[in-house]
Amino acid sequence: MKKGDRNTGRVFYTALRILSIFMTVISVISLFTIIIYLLINGCDKLSWQLLFGKYGDKPSILPAFIGTLYLVAVATLIAVPIGIFTAVYLVEYMNNKGKTVKIIRIAAETLAGIPSIVYGLFGYLVFVVTLGWGYSLLGGGITLAIMILPVIVRSTEESLLAVPDSYREGSLALGAGKVRTVFSVVLPAAASGIVTSVILAVGRVVSESAVLILTIGMVVNNLPETIMSQGTSLALDIYYFASNGYPDEASATSVVLLAVVLLLNAAANGIGRLLKKKTGEI
Amino acid sequence: MRSAYRFINSREKIMKGVFLASALFSVVALATITVFLLMNGVPFIAKTGFGNFIFGTKWAPIADSPAYGIFSMIVASLYVTALSVLFGVGVGLFTAVCLYKFCPKKLASFIRQTVNLLAGIPSVIFGLFGMTVIVPFIRDYISPTGVGYGILSSSIVLGIMVLPTIVSVSLDAMNAVPGSYFEGALALGATKEEATFKVMLPAAKSGILAGVVLAIGRAIGETMAVIMVIGGSAEMPRSLFQSVRTLTANIAMGATEIKGEAEYALIATGVVLFVFTLLLNVSFSLLKRDGDGKSKKKAKVGKK
Repeated sequence: MKKGDRNTGRVFYTALRILSIFMTVISVISLFTIIIYLLINGCDKLSWQLLFGKYGDKPSILPAFIGTLYLVAVATLIAVPIGIFTAVYLVEYMNNKGKTVKIIRIAAETLAGIPSIVYGLFGYLVFVVTLGWGYSLLGGGITLAIMILPVIVRSTEESLLAVPDSYREGSLALGAGKVRTVFSVVLPAAASGIVTSVILAVGRVVSESAVLILTIGMVVNNLPETIMSQGTSLALDIYYFASNGYPDEASATSVVLLAVVLLLNAAANGIGRLLKKKTGEI
Repeated sequence: MRSAYRFINSREKIMKGVFLASALFSVVALATITVFLLMNGVPFIAKTGFGNFIFGTKWAPIADSPAYGIFSMIVASLYVTALSVLFGVGVGLFTAVCLYKFCPKKLASFIRQTVNLLAGIPSVIFGLFGMTVIVPFIRDYISPTGVGYGILSSSIVLGIMVLPTIVSVSLDAMNAVPGSYFEGALALGATKEEATFKVMLPAAKSGILAGVVLAIGRAIGETMAVIMVIGGSAEMPRSLFQSVRTLTANIAMGATEIKGEAEYALIATGVVLFVFTLLLNVSFSLLKRDGDGKSKKKAKVGKK
């Protein structure tokens, strides 16, 4: 290589380096702008009426709070046990090998890639039309449960794999059966990872909205009475307010939703660390 | 004693059955989703005619003589996805490179944590941001037609949304490349920059590509952020600044507009979207297998 080539090469790669630093600045700025803009724009529009008032002449997000709680409860009650048991079966019983495992893994990965609006169509077809429930929080919750299942399976698997084999061998050597080993040794040892993943899954339920347009009916002004009533959620309220001429309410609600999501994230980190300390991993 | 054993034994068997049943739940769920979508969508496509449905450009479900052509939406979806992934990869890949080598370690881990946090922000919030900031900005300063809604706005919003995915997957892929490659390149006289761009980046290629496919999947399937900034007219996209409609937007907007027979048109749209994502899934797993196979080969060579 000639000396001149070498120098232009150096200049080119230094330029790339500068470009990459510039791009980092752009991505950090654009991401921060969103959060800061929403906080500044939304905080002063929060009001008692919006948060806890009765939905009358002025909008309130109290129905959305209740609806979100219902959805989280239904989705986690279904998805968490099934997800954890799936992971236990894959890791503890099948050692992650074999045809069954392959099929289950492919199914879970495919589920993870399906767009949420398609889940919404599915929920609509099954719960609203076929079962005749109409729009209901229960139907929305079940649809969301299927949606978050792959997330829980994947991260529980990872936590189970991180448990040293000596724990299992020790428990079996002391005479415990497989089931007992799983429930009293392996799962407690993997608890921190599992709890973290469950909280993150709750975060996904809270932030989801495309599924809910088609399954729970977007009824923003009525407190849901039972689990079979129509309803709304925080994320859906933002869409409703933004597209129906309540821009102030939309930005205030997005502050609330943002706070909930960030709190859940912090809780996931905090609880994960706490449990690790308790089980003596740190 | 014997009965106790039998009790324990049967408990083991029952629980194993419960675990297996839970594990099969994913398979059953996937099968149910597929069956329900196809059962309700395919007859409609057959009735309208495959060509008319996929390649028809007229969408008028509530007209007297209804027409159900979704070609303009397929085109809009592809435009938005391509542009947003271009934005996302352009910025995200360089960001990952910068975090990998050209950034102080502490700052890098801080930025990485923030980026991860942003991956969890609800899409409807991105949509709101697009609607209140990006759309007016484009309308007032950039758009030649005076329309802020459209492909450009959606692509910018989605580009920001897929950014965290691309950054973290690319960074993981580069971290998985053995450090000896980098040191080897330095020892041969390459500068730090040359080693990073010429050696580490190509070595992490398959992981990065997998990240791009993931981002494509997210972009093509995103609904809420898109419907708030795309405008929503079912027209053939001719400019970046024109109100159009993507496949996902068609389903979500149609759900509130259409009732009765025409609803099956939305389910048929869902089937098309479903097929797109299945194709993406297959290519993703192929890429991943390719990557795994390569790294195994490398490990074997290394052992020799």
